[in-house]
This record gives sequence, C-alpha cells and structure tokens, in this order.
Amino acid sequence: MDIGYLIEFFSNYTVRVVMCGAMILGITAGTLGSFALLRKQSLLGDAISHASLPGVCLAFLLTQSKSPLVLLLGAGISGWIGTLVISLVTENSRIKKDTALGIVLSVFFGFGLVLLTIVQKLPTATKAGLDKFLFGNAATLLREDVWTMGILSGIIFILLLAYWKEFKLIVFDKDYAKSMGLNVVFLDLLLNTLIVIAIVIGLQTVGVILMSAMLVAPAAAARQWTDRLGIMVVLSSLFGAISGVAGSITSSLMLKLPTGPTIVVYLSMFVIISLLFAPHRGMLWDVLRSYRHKKQLQRTTVLKNLLLFSEISTDPYHAHDVAALTAIGRGPLQKTMIGLSKKGYVRQSVPNKWALTEKGLNAAQKLTKEIEEQVNVITSD
Amino acid sequence: MNAHKHKNENETMPAIEVTDLTVAYREKPVLWDVDFQAPQRQLLAIVGPNGAGKSTLIKSILGILKPAAGRVLVMGKGYRPQSRYIGYVPQRGSVDWDFPTNVLDVVLMGRYGHLGWFRRPSKEDRSFAMECLEKVGMADFTNRQISQLSGGQQQRVFIARAFIQDAPIYLMDEPFAGVDATTEKSIIALLRELKTKGKTVVCVHHDLQTLKEYFDYVMLLNVRRVALGPVKDVLTQDNLRRAYGGRAAFLAGDKDEDGTQNSKEASSVES
Repeated sequence: MDIGYLIEFFSNYTVRVVMCGAMILGITAGTLGSFALLRKQSLLGDAISHASLPGVCLAFLLTQSKSPLVLLLGAGISGWIGTLVISLVTENSRIKKDTALGIVLSVFFGFGLVLLTIVQKLPTATKAGLDKFLFGNAATLLREDVWTMGILSGIIFILLLAYWKEFKLIVFDKDYAKSMGLNVVFLDLLLNTLIVIAIVIGLQTVGVILMSAMLVAPAAAARQWTDRLGIMVVLSSLFGAISGVAGSITSSLMLKLPTGPTIVVYLSMFVIISLLFAPHRGMLWDVLRSYRHKKQLQRTTVLKNLLLFSEISTDPYHAHDVAALTAIGRGPLQKTMIGLSKKGYVRQSVPNKWALTEKGLNAAQKLTKEIEEQVNVITSD
Repeated sequence: MNAHKHKNENETMPAIEVTDLTVAYREKPVLWDVDFQAPQRQLLAIVGPNGAGKSTLIKSILGILKPAAGRVLVMGKGYRPQSRYIGYVPQRGSVDWDFPTNVLDVVLMGRYGHLGWFRRPSKEDRSFAMECLEKVGMADFTNRQISQLSGGQQQRVFIARAFIQDAPIYLMDEPFAGVDATTEKSIIALLRELKTKGKTVVCVHHDLQTLKEYFDYVMLLNVRRVALGPVKDVLTQDNLRRAYGGRAAFLAGDKDEDGTQNSKEASSVES
C-alpha cells in the first residue's frame, strides 16, 4: 500500500463521510455511555436500541419514506417509549429493573422483527433495506446523514455542558440532589433522552443489536484508567471515536463485512487491554501486587521464626534445619530462603541448614517490635 | 444572639414543625400521623427500632419522599428544598464510593444548589470547601479518590459537604454509623459547635447509651411518635418499652438509679 493509494483512499467521498460519521458516533456514545455506566444502567442502552427497531419499521410503513430523518425519528420515539415503559413498570409494580429491561428489550425487538418481515414482503419495498438497521452499514451513510448526526450530537454536548454538575450529582447521590431542590425527575428524563438520541445517531452505522456496546464498552475501558469523571468522559469518547473510525473503514474496505460487529471488535480490544493493564485497576497489577505481598509475607514469617529459634539457643546466629522452619512456616520455603540470602538476611552454613546474619537479626527484631507496637495500639484503644 | 423583643416569636418557633405526617409504601404505613417539632438551637436525636421510619421522616422533611398526608414547616414556612434552609447528611451507604471523583469535588457538590447552569464552583467556593474540610479534620485528603477513604473519613466528607451548604438547620441520617470511637467524638464536638453557632441539628441515632451524653432533645419513633422532649424526660422505661417492645429495658440499661433495678430484672427475664 503506497502513499498515493492512501491519499486517494482518504480523499474518497464515501470514506470521508463514513469516517466523520463514525467519529461523531464514537464521541457521542462514549460520552453518554460514561454516565450510563456510572448510573449502573449499562443495559438500559441495550433495551433502548432494541426498542427502537419497531419505530424504524412503523415510520417506514406510515410514511413510505426511506429518508433517514423520518426513520430515525421513528426510532427515537419508539426507544423513548421503551425507557418510559421501563420506568413505569419498575415504579408501579413489584417487577425489578433488570426484569423490566429484559421485557422491554425482547418484546419491542420481537415486534420490530415482525414488522421488518412485513416490510420486506411488501411489493413496493423490496429495496427498502431496513435490515441494515440490524447490524448497521456505514458505507450507506450520506453527507446529509452525517450533518444530522453532527447537529444532534452538538445539541447533546451543549446540554451536557449546561447540566454537567447536575448530572454528576444525580448520578452520584440522587437523594442529596433532591434535598437541594434540583429537579431530579426532569434531569433523569433529560439524561435518558440524551442517551436515546445518542443511540439513534448510531443506528445506521452500528445497528440496533450492537449499539449498546458503543455506549458501554468505551466507558468501561475508560473507567479503568482514571478516577476523575471529566477525564473518564474524554477517554471514553476517544476510545469510541477510534474504534468507530477503524471499524467503519475496515468494513468499508471489505465487502459484506457488517460495520457494527467490526466496530465492536475494535472496542473489545480497548476493553481487554484496559481490564488487564490499566494501572491501579488492571487485573495484571492485582496479580503482581498479591504475588509481591505473598512473597514479602513468606520472607517476614521465616525471619521471625528464625528469631524465635535463636531466642531459644544461646547463639543468635545458630543454623537451623530447613525442615524445622517448614514445620512452623508456610509456602515454598527453599525459594524464600534463597530470596532472603540474596538480600543478605540469611546464610546457608551446611546444605539445608540456615542461620540469620547480623542484618537478618536486626530486621527480624525490628519486625517483631513493630508488630508488638501495632498490637498495643489496637488493644489500648 | 441578641434577641430583640419583636423577634421573640421567631426565636421561639420550632425550626422544623411536622404535622400529621403519614407516609405509606404499598399500603403499609411507614409513618403514621406523626407530629414533630424540632426546637431551634438544639441537638435533637430521632431514635427508634429498625423500620421505625426514622430515615423516612428525614426524607419527607427534605422533600425527597412525597408523604401521603401531612404538612412540613421549616422556620414557620412551607418548605421548598430550593430555599436552602437545610443541610443534609445522607446515610454513608446510600452512594457508590467507587464513583470517579475526589474529596474536594464531593464537598463542592454542597454548593451546586447555589450555582446556576453552566456555572462551575468559584475560587471562593473552593476555599470555603477547604475550610469545611479543615473543620472535619480532612484537609490532608483533599485530592484523595473517594474509594480510598475509610468509613469514618467518608462520613466526615459528607458532613463537610453539609457544612458548605451553610444552612441554619442540619438533618443527619446516622452520622455515627460504622465510625470508630475517635471519629464519633470528633463528630459530636462538631455538632456541639454548630449548636453554639445557633444552628439546629437533627440526627437519626442508634445508640441509647450515648443519647444523654450527646443530645438535648429526643424523639422516640416507631411508625407513630412515641415521645418527644428533653432527653431526661423522654428516656423512661415506659417510653422505651413502648418504642422497642420488651427488650427496651435491657437496651436502656444503666441510665438512672431506679432504672437500674428495672433493667436488670427485664434483661434477666429476656435472657
């Protein structure tokens, strides 16, 4: 692939449109996904996006128009009704939130699939192509679509900046927000509406089935790297944008590769890397920390036990059989002894006989004293 | 506190006055026809067994819950949360402490009610927040991620967040729950300081042993109001038994001279 080809590729109209669209989508979904994740409503996005399918089909059946604006308006209304049903069901019945989400998701989506089949059997609509809303098809994005996406996300960002601290407060501590007189019902509804809009923006590109990944995955990855909400939102939108662009370009280059799943593959890489390697919260660091802790614990135990032995005999540097240490200690002792001797705390006089060095004796005495002091603090209070 | 003559009425009216408050959850009454007055410039405890409706009462006063019936007056006026009369300390366990934010940011949330949209906390807000953190002994933890705080530290951050609301009345939901003895003492010192500054403090409290030492007034609550008044008058065997049932005497224990005998009898009967 030479430079000329690359330049030609990126100056291609379709590719530019697809890139812009996917970037807008990634940024918007990543941003709102952070809020959805922190509200523990990761599945809400899934329910909303599935619930938008009947809206797309109904909008087409009613207007016979394939204009994205009409179809997405239908999607938005239907997704929004879905969220409303979820909150009505949870507030007015004994059904729990996860059940309500599951019900809305499957009932609306099932209804949508029925409508989709009807649409495809219509003689006039053989080319309706509504099935692209299932998995998304970035290559069919037009410049007008991208403009629509851009304006909608512009509105989202203005509202998000206007209500940033209010949203932060209702996500962190809703009761406290109420106690200060914030209109929590309105703010909740507004935040849900923004999430619906973000989902609608992505339907053409990613499709209803995987749209929720655009919300949740970048946010989950971003949470791993930071402890500030602002930075989390920025990182999340960055991950979303990169995955969106990479995924939609890949699927545009390879025929018949659906965009939604391709973007999700890129997103998954961000999630996996973040889950494993992010400092502090990454799993790899957890494993390392607990390994180090275990090693340290084994070493201090051996030092203290050697001190215990040496207090019995007159010579503090007397060598003891490794079997005796194993009997009262724990873990792979030979490795621990070698580790300790490398640091100069113990030495091996004859095979399998170990003694404290002067440095080791001091360290062991210090350790024992520290523990005694801690015990004193605990018991004196 | 120069009490002018024409202000006498303001000075003596209750800080909070609740009349005929009834709250129900799915037809089950949580609070039943409760009357409650919190006198100004006092430390008042709301005490009662689990499920007595203590938190519900506080949340109803704050407008967080909508009561089925009843009236709430704060400083003689119908209460609207926007009027900023009340600083609130919710139960520590009511939020997710893994939220991505730090101590200073949580305290600044107490100013959000004073700021309009698009507005960020100002420099004055920040220095005020630092003052509040200093008061609760958390100044060294300003930039600490909140998930790394101990229970007592979390509680103190919430109290600092209520202080920054700069309100005449404070409602606190179990401020002593799960904090160590040292923190408990420093919190009660803060509450006393609030009282000397003319503030009214209402706490949901659990420990009958410390009631007399910490509070001036107490309301015994068990769905209905059992008793309300100065701690000495209210804390009788009879009232406690009515609030807690048979185990009350055992709980109240060694409070007063003639109570001691009773409580020993009661506890031996119980066990």
